[in-house]
Amino acid sequence: MGIQLAFYFFAAMTLGFALVSLFHKNVVHSAFSLLGTLLGMSGLYVTLNADFLAMTQVLIYAGGILMLLLFGLMLTKPSETERSLKRIFVAVILAGGTAVLSAYKMAGTVWSSGDGELPASTVKEIGLEFLRFDEWLIAFEFASIVLLAALVGAVHIARRRFPIDDTNALLKAEQGGAN
Amino acid sequence: MIEFLRDLLGFETWLLVIVGALISFLAIFGFVAVLAMVAVWLERKVGGHIQVRLGPMRVGGWHGWAQSIADSLKLLMKEDMVVLGADRVLFKLAPAIVMATALSTFVVLPFSPDLQVADVDLGIFFVLAISSITTIGVVMAGWGSNNKWSLYGAMREAAQVASYEIPLGLSLMMPVMYYGTFSLKAASDAQSGWYGMQWYIFSDAFWIAIPSFFLFFTAALAETKRTPFDLPETESELVAGFHTEYSGMRWAFFFMEEYAAMFLMGAIGTAFWLGGYSFPGMNLLEAGSFLHTVLCIGSFVTKSMLLLLVMIWVRWTLPRLRIDQVMTMGYKYLTPLCLILVFMAAGWEYFKFAMGW
Repeated sequence: MGIQLAFYFFAAMTLGFALVSLFHKNVVHSAFSLLGTLLGMSGLYVTLNADFLAMTQVLIYAGGILMLLLFGLMLTKPSETERSLKRIFVAVILAGGTAVLSAYKMAGTVWSSGDGELPASTVKEIGLEFLRFDEWLIAFEFASIVLLAALVGAVHIARRRFPIDDTNALLKAEQGGAN
Repeated sequence: MIEFLRDLLGFETWLLVIVGALISFLAIFGFVAVLAMVAVWLERKVGGHIQVRLGPMRVGGWHGWAQSIADSLKLLMKEDMVVLGADRVLFKLAPAIVMATALSTFVVLPFSPDLQVADVDLGIFFVLAISSITTIGVVMAGWGSNNKWSLYGAMREAAQVASYEIPLGLSLMMPVMYYGTFSLKAASDAQSGWYGMQWYIFSDAFWIAIPSFFLFFTAALAETKRTPFDLPETESELVAGFHTEYSGMRWAFFFMEEYAAMFLMGAIGTAFWLGGYSFPGMNLLEAGSFLHTVLCIGSFVTKSMLLLLVMIWVRWTLPRLRIDQVMTMGYKYLTPLCLILVFMAAGWEYFKFAMGW
């Protein structure tokens, strides 16, 4: 009873905020309402006793990715061609394709109806799985190397084009001007 | 607590959970409100004495102890202003989100072996995850105020807190590795040996514990945006940062969050490094007896408040860093040092394992 109530509450929260973030005129409101979606998702994980997954969802998505999204929104100018026909066309094709694919996949999956006992806590199991060398450790390390490469690439793109000595001279000139 | 309520009321379990959550919310809210008042008074007194002043002296008689009560009454009665150009929804939602996250982190704090709202298995991970949402609340406040100083403050807060989460999380890895648990209660329990003095900083890994405690404390100062790291609200540059446009109770919520976060950081430092609720001679008393519980709570709150006092002391002693210095400090010094310490702690654990200690 309680679990069902919690499930419906979090499902409604997830879907409701997702709809708001899709249809709201103000793009910043859309981004902030994603917070509700992500928290609802982590609530759903909690009802499944997947505590580690739920907290990671909050930490990575709500604390990290959403923050980056907001940074991007606030620091960039909205583009003029945002709602051009060409963009809408591409978006419809991409979104439609994804929807059809996932519907196809969902229809083909056999859903177990939850007769199994839920584990009390998953932290230890996840840790032990990671430590088994032949299972997930290699994949995990490869993922982190990909992330590191992405990080180095981002730094390379974003770094200043002029040498450091010039920046120091620039700073000194500015300070001299202020005094 | 759930079992106790079931005996008392005889409801179904899910209803009990809701009732228990309401009671815990009221208890935590009351605790945070009183804590904020005490901390504000302490801040003004300590700041006053450091600057060779007296601080508040009049209200209530003895050293102005009632000053905070008078101030909070004033704040309650103040007009609740929403600026004309503000984004009303975000402006009103922001203090609520900030306050809610601050309160929900108190759920995992073990005040005594018995007094804890929920012994979450993921304790410290839960705290880190929930407190990362606070930043979103602050950015919401900065954007909703429609004021460039607010937005600058919010941006700085986001950048600073996101950077310092790395050394904070890494420095917490040392006690987590030593005790093999995320739970604050399990870590406190493990430190109650030796008549209550088997603290992490006195353990065999003290040479890792003491530097990691300093790193944790520095990262905690930045995470709670206290001076040397209060870039989000630098009054000399940004008026008051992200809460420039706030007044009355909404403004007070931001301050309650700040003091709640300070106490929280002090409590985490206490639970992992300074023995949690243990106090000298605690094994002589019968566990679970009234005196034992009271002394445990007293010891936990006293240690946390002492750490809070140190934060206040640091604030009135050190000048503020520049934003680039803050970032340099976080990325070039704290993070590598924490990584080295993590490596050393893991090596020490492996050494002990290999030697069969």
